[in-house]
Amino acid sequence: MVEFNIFRYDPDKGGEPYFQSYKFEPEKGMTILEGLLYINENLDPSVAYRASCREAVCGSCAMHINDMYRLACKTQISVMGSKITLRPLSHLPVMKDLVVDLNPFFEHFKEIKPYFIPREAPPNKEYLQTIEQRKKIDAWLDCILCGACYGSCPVAGKDGNYLGPHALLKALRFVDDSRDGGAKERIAVVARENGVFRCHTVFNCQKVCPKDLDPSGAIARLKMKAIFKKY
Amino acid sequence: MIFHDILIVGGGLAGMRAAVEAAKKVKDVAIISRVHPMRSHSGEAQGGINAALANVEKGKDDTVDKHAFDTVKGSDFLADQDASEYLTYQGPETIFEMEHWGCPFSRTPEGKVAQRPFGGAGFPRTCYATDKTGLYLLQTLYEQIIKEKIKVYEEWVVFALGSEGDNCYGVIAYDPHSGELTPVGANAVIFGTGGIGRIYSNTTNALTNTGLAMAAPYWAGVPLKDIEFVQFHPTSLAKSHILMTEGCRGEGGYLINNKGERFMKNYVSETVMELGPRDIVSRSIQTEILQGRGFPDGSIHLDLRHLGAGKIMERLPGIRDICLNFIGIDPIYEPIPITPGTHYSMGGIDTDIDGACRMKGLYAAGECACVSMHGANRLGGNSLLDTIVYGARAGKKASEYVKDKEKGPKVKVLEEAARREESRIAQWKKGTGEGNPYKIKNELSQVMVEGFGIFRNEKDMAKGLEQVKELKERAKKLKPAFNGKKYNYDIIGFYDMKGNLDVAEAIGTGALTRKESRGSHFRTDFKTRDDANWLKHTLTYFNEMGPRLDYSPVKITKYKPEERKY
Repeated sequence: MVEFNIFRYDPDKGGEPYFQSYKFEPEKGMTILEGLLYINENLDPSVAYRASCREAVCGSCAMHINDMYRLACKTQISVMGSKITLRPLSHLPVMKDLVVDLNPFFEHFKEIKPYFIPREAPPNKEYLQTIEQRKKIDAWLDCILCGACYGSCPVAGKDGNYLGPHALLKALRFVDDSRDGGAKERIAVVARENGVFRCHTVFNCQKVCPKDLDPSGAIARLKMKAIFKKY
Repeated sequence: MIFHDILIVGGGLAGMRAAVEAAKKVKDVAIISRVHPMRSHSGEAQGGINAALANVEKGKDDTVDKHAFDTVKGSDFLADQDASEYLTYQGPETIFEMEHWGCPFSRTPEGKVAQRPFGGAGFPRTCYATDKTGLYLLQTLYEQIIKEKIKVYEEWVVFALGSEGDNCYGVIAYDPHSGELTPVGANAVIFGTGGIGRIYSNTTNALTNTGLAMAAPYWAGVPLKDIEFVQFHPTSLAKSHILMTEGCRGEGGYLINNKGERFMKNYVSETVMELGPRDIVSRSIQTEILQGRGFPDGSIHLDLRHLGAGKIMERLPGIRDICLNFIGIDPIYEPIPITPGTHYSMGGIDTDIDGACRMKGLYAAGECACVSMHGANRLGGNSLLDTIVYGARAGKKASEYVKDKEKGPKVKVLEEAARREESRIAQWKKGTGEGNPYKIKNELSQVMVEGFGIFRNEKDMAKGLEQVKELKERAKKLKPAFNGKKYNYDIIGFYDMKGNLDVAEAIGTGALTRKESRGSHFRTDFKTRDDANWLKHTLTYFNEMGPRLDYSPVKITKYKPEERKY
């Protein structure tokens, strides 16, 4: 038997949020997401959460599970124990139960000009990029914008204007791309008051990232670039 | 009332590419998407996107015509050949465009876009970005949506079209943030809503890929084309059916039965082996399992061990991650247990080569559409290309269509359509039946696997169709269990269930009627292709009493139908 203790808030009714407990017998190999689906299907259809790909690629189901921000689809019930507490992502307004308003998160993302700014006019075919040049951005590419880093970041919690680990990581993805020519304008954005220098190097983002990315490392690298103007 | 000159439904690759193209000519373009664009199922595509670039030594003789022929042959000659040609001829330009927008493709030693072999292709033609090609393409197009400042209604779910006679004037959507059923007017609507895999239990598709992707136009009188053709991907994880890319075999992975044999040699030539087209490889795997050569868990093994740690980590890192995280297996040291899984719908909303439907102002592109360029069996790597090529084409054609149209909503039509949906929901709330939509969906998804799977026959299909009809009757009596307004995923689930049931009935009816085997539609009671009677597209029209079928000819340009051998 497992007990899911779920954060509940109903916007139709308002009032204070509360925790509601659901008990059921989990199947072997069941994930937290499958547990939530089980609850919807058998116990309570009103529990709201986001989910889609169920394979840790779409980034829908980031939430606080027991002690850490995790993807519900990638987390085994058996690993989390018999009593599991689920809370929505922090630092973002709760809309219903485990669903938060991600607009502030995406607005910060848009600030770093998260699109390719070509260094040169496009050739007739593809831009050439060596295997080594391509390797340089490999570590910054896999962000699925789930929000786990943002929820875990104490700076994001204190300062709603802080760009956040997700946006800063994305900035480096372009700055380090041999084909991109927008480094100067992007560094100008991330070097401002609510950018890289606001990071307290707590490493929470790195610890929770379900794709094993290193936003802390990206931020450190951006700091160096901003200071030494190496871009 | 909300109005946009062009409204795109779906924020995946097809929808976003359509939006970017439409916005070149039309100022007021918006996207409605059931999930945030970055959550779209396009992002789960792994192996790559086809284009005859001839970037690698073994592919130096590749041409767009050879790509077209492979596509038509792969389709078992059901594809409209002009549509396949347009797809493949646009291939190189499409890759360069995505690359010029920053897509981080893997590279050859010369610095060009890297290409790998895929099934049913004569050359290594599949451009890839490790095994995360879909995710990176999705990122690239989402970045363009941000750059072009295109409005996105995130998490709105379209329940119905706002149409009158042969004209589409918009959609009726549920806005979970306000909890309101909201009419949205448009001069042209482009559907890029993706696949319907969740109609089957053993699917690689995301939870949001339900029959609703095609149901709204279908309910409004637009036919579905070739909907009985459902692709089963050869390699999905044995229990969860998470996709294991064709790139695994493209990079040299083996399929192994419980005798330790590379059994594909018994089904295709030794030069093709694991890289046959998906329909044939899936049937081969299923045959091995049915004849007792599977492993005790009912699986076949996908063995990558001989590729070595270096190649696996470099070319297939996502596959390794999924195996480690979801089944606790490291493919460097252990084979991966797989079975075929329901993957892709070749059929869909009937369109012409411009993406235009048989309803003015309505367009469709990507998996939800059927142009048809994939015919009875799609080649791996052609679907990503389809989303971008035909997404762009639908966007362009829609922008031409709206040029001289009045810039305002047809309020009366849309209000009436919204009222119709409201009374539908009110009617459901009076239901007296037991159970819930999840139970119906789960039962249906089992019925579809058993009746309309890899091997089909008259008896099982007739039984399956009967069961679908029974489920429809039970569903009519159900009532939504949760009546909250905001973020009511229960009501979305209700529409999903209705969509699943009606599209399932369309699949079943088309399949039972088509008395031949062609591509993914394989009947053990009619084992051969019958061009004399069945070289034609099925058109399925919605009808409350059950689907009505019609047929239309296949367009043949230069490839005469011949026996398909690999």
